[in-house]
Amino acid sequence: MTTTTAVGAPKDAPTAKKKKSRDRSERAAYLYLIPAYVVFGFFLLYPLLHGVWISLYDWDGLTPATWVGIGNYTSAISDPMLLKAFSHSAVLIVFYAVIPILLALLLTGVMTHATKLKRLSFFRVVIFLPQVVASVVVATTWTAIYAPDGVLNKALSLVGLEAVTRPWLGDFAWALPAVGLIGTWVEIGLCLVLFLAGVSQIEPELYEAARLDGASAIREFFAVTLPGLRPQIAVAMTLTVVAGLKSFDLIFVATRGGPGTSTTVPGFEVYHRAFDLNQVGSACAVGILLTVVILIVTTLIQRIDPGERA
Amino acid sequence: MSSSRNRILARVGVGLAAVPILLAAACAPGGSTSDSSGPSVKPSSKIATDPAKAGKVSLTVWDINTSGGANDAMVKLNQEFEKKYPNVKINRVSRTLNDTKTTLKLALSGDNPPDVVQANQGYPDMGAFVKAGLLTPLDQYNKVYKWDQKFPKQLLDLNKFSTNGKDWQTGSLYGVSQTGEIVGIYYNKKLMKQAGIAAPKTWADFEAALPKAKAKGLLPIQFGTSDKSPAIHLFGVVQANTAGKQAVRNLVTSKSGEWSDAGTTKAAETVQSWAKKGYLSPGFNGLSGDAASANFAKGQGVFRIDGTWRLAELEKAMGSDVGFMSPPPAKAGAPNVTQGGEGLAWAVTSKSKHPDVAAAYLNFITNAQADDVLAETGNLPAVAPPNYQPKAGTLTADIFSAWKKISENDGLVPYLDYTTPTFYDTLTSNLQQLLGGKQNVKQFTGNLDQDYDGFKSK
Repeated sequence: MTTTTAVGAPKDAPTAKKKKSRDRSERAAYLYLIPAYVVFGFFLLYPLLHGVWISLYDWDGLTPATWVGIGNYTSAISDPMLLKAFSHSAVLIVFYAVIPILLALLLTGVMTHATKLKRLSFFRVVIFLPQVVASVVVATTWTAIYAPDGVLNKALSLVGLEAVTRPWLGDFAWALPAVGLIGTWVEIGLCLVLFLAGVSQIEPELYEAARLDGASAIREFFAVTLPGLRPQIAVAMTLTVVAGLKSFDLIFVATRGGPGTSTTVPGFEVYHRAFDLNQVGSACAVGILLTVVILIVTTLIQRIDPGERA
Repeated sequence: MSSSRNRILARVGVGLAAVPILLAAACAPGGSTSDSSGPSVKPSSKIATDPAKAGKVSLTVWDINTSGGANDAMVKLNQEFEKKYPNVKINRVSRTLNDTKTTLKLALSGDNPPDVVQANQGYPDMGAFVKAGLLTPLDQYNKVYKWDQKFPKQLLDLNKFSTNGKDWQTGSLYGVSQTGEIVGIYYNKKLMKQAGIAAPKTWADFEAALPKAKAKGLLPIQFGTSDKSPAIHLFGVVQANTAGKQAVRNLVTSKSGEWSDAGTTKAAETVQSWAKKGYLSPGFNGLSGDAASANFAKGQGVFRIDGTWRLAELEKAMGSDVGFMSPPPAKAGAPNVTQGGEGLAWAVTSKSKHPDVAAAYLNFITNAQADDVLAETGNLPAVAPPNYQPKAGTLTADIFSAWKKISENDGLVPYLDYTTPTFYDTLTSNLQQLLGGKQNVKQFTGNLDQDYDGFKSK
């Protein structure tokens, strides 16, 4: 590459040496980015562009494709099925992001008072565990829990709540929240570990001051803990919202989009179109649309948080 | 792409929009396959039927027989083939049907595809492969190996396509199948006795048995469809009997009729009423087919409507307590009709360097000796082997005789999801809604017609 030869060229005039060397070290800094950039370009940027390219064709994956321009996009946007899938994503975001973050904040507030607790790292590992387990294992386990004669229904019957029991993943109204709750279970550990790490970075003097001023635990949480956690909340929001938007594996294993179409999501639609319906172009278009939505949403999240912009 | 363009791209980063247009000018996706000369068809006189004379050959074979008896049979047949022809080495790649679905297309369109693959019948797979010129027409090999004399016409037709991939069950032969399968009724002999139900001789007998079982506190039909496909089997068996075989065949092959016709409407009403009256497992939409089958094996449910592929599993679990019958006909003694077909078609790819050896392999794994191997390993051969007699009174005996009757008396109706490329999806999700009481019969048949008419008008 030309940049490499320029940096490596030693024929500098001595008068300009100082400036040159600063230039050189700045350029050298870019050099360190090259390995990461090559990997990014090869494994992410190129496939992404390739996806954009395919999305402009009507292609079954085998025979020569025909150019349709933005046709796949217009038909995707006007497809009520896809709108439904995105609306399901919105529900999933509540379960993947909003609930875990709120619960994790609550738990963090409680745990900051457990200063005498030893072996905190042990509890962190336990709480973080759902993140480590493969999602297919998680989905299979939860499918068994939700089964008509599964643990959940048995437990409900034991305490006299037979009326509430139902085939959770086969119920048109409850399947989506049921899948969402699996997401809550998975994401809450991530949020909590992030927040606990964040709390440990808040100056202890702030807590001391709050207590000297006689602030209640609740007041202390809102005055000290919450503002101090802004960067972590932004990170947690970004990660969990993206996880909610691109969810595929849980749905694929647990419900296959059913019953009916009540749990279908954009990620599942991409798979379904590409591999079940042989509509590779349309699948790519949905994938690109999903990418764009994720980009917009994450950009918005970054904007909301002033800590991140600074 | 040249490295200089790469760098410009890197700097601009955002100028993504221009790139696809540049690329588009170069070539369209899938363009390379159109350049290939297509499958070569040689006259039958030039076909070499003895692989021993082919020199050193390596044959790559993709199959979907990953588990149980199906895997045992393939291991054994491959060993026997290699023993008979030491110059041929078989590279077996065995993946589940789902894994195959996602990888086979890429493998076939690549430069170095496998020689022999198992292609699923119908438009989405075999039809698409034929349209793209990826499979070798086997008509000339058929003349040599006389497959049309071994297999009943209705079975061979399932593996035929017009060369443009548009018309199914007619045109050239693209594969041969090893095994047969039908959907029928498994019954728990103990529970039937307990409920005082005699073996139903007519469809009306069967329907009358359901409330009888229910009244005794038994579950009439063990059924779960959270994985979507089992509902097709339930509905298909009922429809075959309410609409009749010709009407169903005409629908699936887009020849005539509508899904809102009286026969199909009646079938939809029937299964919905079964669900409403509690004849099906509670929570069936949240229960998988596998889980339901396991429940049935544990003694829950008098009947279970499922395919012959459950043979090994249920025989092992229930022994002599389980029996199998074809869905009984409307009139006692009339021929049975049910949904079914045959195992995935074994096909030769068009880019195979050794099509003659591949075709000889196809013949080897589907000939009479292979049928014996299949039967011994707990599979149902497409044509019942004359030498193999299952023990009377066993589930195997029930299934072998039911299959023999159906396949010889032209009693098969095709799986309904073959109808259009999107029909699997349309049918299963609408069936879940119909059975779950989310939509009425009219909406259900209307939605099926919408998919069907859209496909026909193309």
